[in-house]
Amino acid sequence: MRFSLFSLARQALGGHARWPAQWRSPEPKAAYDAVIVGAGGHGLGTAYYLAKAHGLRNIAVVEKGWLGGGNTGRNTTIIRSNYLWEESEAIYELSVKLWETLSDELNYNVMYSPRGVMMLAHTVHDIQVFKRHVHANRLAGIDNEWLTPEEAKAFCSPLNISPKLRYPVLGAALQRRGGTARHDAVAWGYARAASALGVDIIENAEVTAIRRDANGAVEGVETTRGTIKSKKVGVVAAGHTSVLMNMAGVRMPLESYPLQALVSEPVKPVLSCVVMSNTVHAYISQSDKGELVIGAGTDAYTSYSQTGGLHVSAHTLDAICDLFPTFRRMRMMRNWGGIVDVTPDRSPIIGLTPVPGLYVNCGWGTGGFKATPGSAYVFAATMARGEPHPVAAPFALERFTTGRLIDEAAAAAVAH
Amino acid sequence: MLLIHCPYCRMARPESEFRYGGEAHVVRPAEPANVSDADWAAFLYMRANPKGIHAERWRHVHGCGRFFNALRNTVTDQILRTYPAGTPQPALDAHAEDGR
Repeated sequence: MRFSLFSLARQALGGHARWPAQWRSPEPKAAYDAVIVGAGGHGLGTAYYLAKAHGLRNIAVVEKGWLGGGNTGRNTTIIRSNYLWEESEAIYELSVKLWETLSDELNYNVMYSPRGVMMLAHTVHDIQVFKRHVHANRLAGIDNEWLTPEEAKAFCSPLNISPKLRYPVLGAALQRRGGTARHDAVAWGYARAASALGVDIIENAEVTAIRRDANGAVEGVETTRGTIKSKKVGVVAAGHTSVLMNMAGVRMPLESYPLQALVSEPVKPVLSCVVMSNTVHAYISQSDKGELVIGAGTDAYTSYSQTGGLHVSAHTLDAICDLFPTFRRMRMMRNWGGIVDVTPDRSPIIGLTPVPGLYVNCGWGTGGFKATPGSAYVFAATMARGEPHPVAAPFALERFTTGRLIDEAAAAAVAH
Repeated sequence: MLLIHCPYCRMARPESEFRYGGEAHVVRPAEPANVSDADWAAFLYMRANPKGIHAERWRHVHGCGRFFNALRNTVTDQILRTYPAGTPQPALDAHAEDGR
């Protein structure tokens, strides 16, 4: 069913009782042309673009839990493309361009809201780094501008620019096309569109083994819902990538860390943009429900526990209360953790693996949500052609052997 | 916050006294010049990152200042054993989760 004003009016007259299921929940078939492991935004998007742009229709997405229940449902939904290096600019800007038309593309409102992402500078080093980013981005045709503290305050009125702060705001870099989107809607929109193109989304099917033939090539996966044969398997499993790749005997340059986020009680519109600060570890925006959505830094140690230390969240709230004194009496409603897979150079890994037929898209670390459409687009092309998409090529696994790292450790805005 | 037993100070102290040091028992090749690119990448970057028992380094930065190793279950975050740096990874018996 295509969503339109007409369909909305008709369902409203029917008391909203006859909306159909938005995607099928089929039994797994014995074999597929391609299997994607992980039904988050990146995995579902990959299946969608494989079907839409590359003509594959016999595709399965297997998911150990429920669709969109991993990091897709746990992040703080920030979208921006103001990265330093050309390789990163290419993939994140491709993503932003896809975000701009994604609701139309999927016929599903992903609530992309380019409300502006403002990154605060608190030290002389921050100022130098951010100005370098501004110049690099503008050379690449990506919008990014430098604001004085007064201009930052004019753009975001609740911000405290008092020089008496422990880490005063000395300026900010603003990407006006940056913003947020509705995380669940991204997963649901891709799932619905992919399912309509014939993709089988198989939930509650945890992969327990990756099967390989006598030559070492992939021939399928074993899941808790049976064996599924396929000569193309794409692992898009975020924090659990090391576990899955280990099943195929491939060691990865990844460490999985808990990353926490929390939301406040809902209030009236008070914060009109996204504000983030590397230095004091605070990321904040306001959802359309009115909750303040706050992101913390990673915990110090690797873990799969989907939780983290309270002191990490408390550290972030200290910073939020300094930057936004007006939020001091707000109550936090929920606090949770997601498991993020972090690479040594803080850039993702997209492409082929030493195992023929096995592809991997991982290492998005603390900033994968913004890349969802671009990541899915280039990974689908990579899987379809059996060779890296030009935008994905620099992010190949081999870079850790050749030494051509894409060192975004200073550029990525989340605490490392 | 984890409660971590320092094997030198012989007491359990809060995580904020310690700094995490990554995977333990990663041995630097004795002659780096003679190591292949693949082996060097494996030493520098490839990590076990297991879902389960992980041998890892910690440093008691706000205490004795010394490095030691810990065995921790990365699913529950429970620390099963800590032991001095330079000693081999201890075997865990069936009752390992009862104490250190």
